[in-house]
Amino acid sequence: MSSNEPQSALPACWTFLSSSEDTTDRLGRVLADVLRPGDVLALVGNLGAGKTRLVQALAAAAGCAPGEVTSPTFILVQEYAGRWPIYHFDTYRLHGCDDFCELGAEEYLTAHGVCCIEWADRVAAALPADHLRVEIDIVGETAREYRFSATGPRGREIVQQLSGAAA
Amino acid sequence: MPPAPISASRKLLAIESSCDETAAAVIDERLCVLSSVVASQTALHVRFGGVVPEVASRAHVERILPVIDEALRQAVVRLEDLSAVAVVTQPGLVGSLLVGLTAAKTLALVLDVPLVAVNHIEAHLFACRMHAGRDLFPAIGLVVSGGHTSLYDCHDPLDFELLGTTIDDAAGEAFDKAAAMLGLGYPGGPSIEVAARGGNPAAYRFPRSFLRDARLEFSFSGLKTSLLYEVAGIPPAAYEPQSLPTSRVADLAASFQEAVVDVLVAKCRQALAARRRQVLCVGGGVAANTRFRQKLQELADNAKVEVVVPPLEWCTDNAAMSAVAWESFHRGRVADDALDVTAGLIRRR
Repeated sequence: MSSNEPQSALPACWTFLSSSEDTTDRLGRVLADVLRPGDVLALVGNLGAGKTRLVQALAAAAGCAPGEVTSPTFILVQEYAGRWPIYHFDTYRLHGCDDFCELGAEEYLTAHGVCCIEWADRVAAALPADHLRVEIDIVGETAREYRFSATGPRGREIVQQLSGAAA
Repeated sequence: MPPAPISASRKLLAIESSCDETAAAVIDERLCVLSSVVASQTALHVRFGGVVPEVASRAHVERILPVIDEALRQAVVRLEDLSAVAVVTQPGLVGSLLVGLTAAKTLALVLDVPLVAVNHIEAHLFACRMHAGRDLFPAIGLVVSGGHTSLYDCHDPLDFELLGTTIDDAAGEAFDKAAAMLGLGYPGGPSIEVAARGGNPAAYRFPRSFLRDARLEFSFSGLKTSLLYEVAGIPPAAYEPQSLPTSRVADLAASFQEAVVDVLVAKCRQALAARRRQVLCVGGGVAANTRFRQKLQELADNAKVEVVVPPLEWCTDNAAMSAVAWESFHRGRVADDALDVTAGLIRRR
């Protein structure tokens, strides 16, 4: 850790407004540069908000095969091989944390990859304490607002790097 | 030594646990289905207190032995009468697939019979061949369900070439999410179909992705978002799905269904033309949709091709369609102890 400052001095939130899919792809590239294995993205947003779309942008930037990232709603979890493995969860059909754990969530969360969890609010209690929460809101036909917030020191580090990278 | 003639006396047990369903079937070598048991659709349902846990390998563990027992009982076949054990090993959810594989490996070992690996996608399209009662290949195959929307050029029952797949949501998933937005029940396919009956399919003009594009891919995510915008505005306002007027829900459901079906049929037509195939096989739960079947029949009439859609119980996940294992068996493609599961879709063969 390079900083001797107390963690609370780092910004805990960062908001990114994307006006188009191209801008979302740019956000994916920024994210890919900042994330590292072990990081957990908790994606929160209604149907059609663009949770899968953000994972597509991230995966493409991380060197995953194009077209590989689809909605995991039915199959519950998908793995993609890129710069690091991406474990892509969708808890939409799960009944709660027990189902999530049953999927082997703990192994995935502690494996050497980046975990992206759609509908993360549904399994909030099973998420690691330190993760990056990403709330997505529809603000226009092609416009989306992404609110990144940290829940721990690693999350704060990511938020700080994101706000620096996009500045 | 020449292969033994095909015989009704040889039977295989097939096991399916690739996603939600636990299923087992006994099929003889002439492809007669002696039994086909699907956990959520039988009396087993009651044995578990009426609640079948939908998701989790634990549920498969609980159900798999009763399902196998039931399949053998209904077929009036003893374990020692089996000539082979077949199991779906891909694609699917790893934890779920492993439950079926472990059961199948154990049985094959104990009974000292060949173990045969089955691809779930090949099984879905083999259901068409079983329904037709004769060879249909080469053919274009479309597997369309909650988890899949993929087009194949099927050179033979075990040699599929992926032509294109969904780049985001599967068609069945799009139906599920549209149903949620409209306050209709799960699974969404049947509930949208019922709601659409009184509706006008031309009331709303929803997008049809890639319709005029030569590439054989699908996208239903934009359609889903368009429905949301139509229902709740841009940006979407909070709304109570249950309070939408019935006539509006009917028009929205009919228009949404029409958009999904239009794209599915158009891509089948394109694939048939691109590969100069005369036969189209359609499998998966969405193939149960009546409007889709109507439009497929129109395609068959207009394009002068044969379209084969299996009966409902062979469209949704089941183990009878794993009869495709006989094809592998006859080609000597039997597996050994090292057989493992594979999560993803096979993209190149």
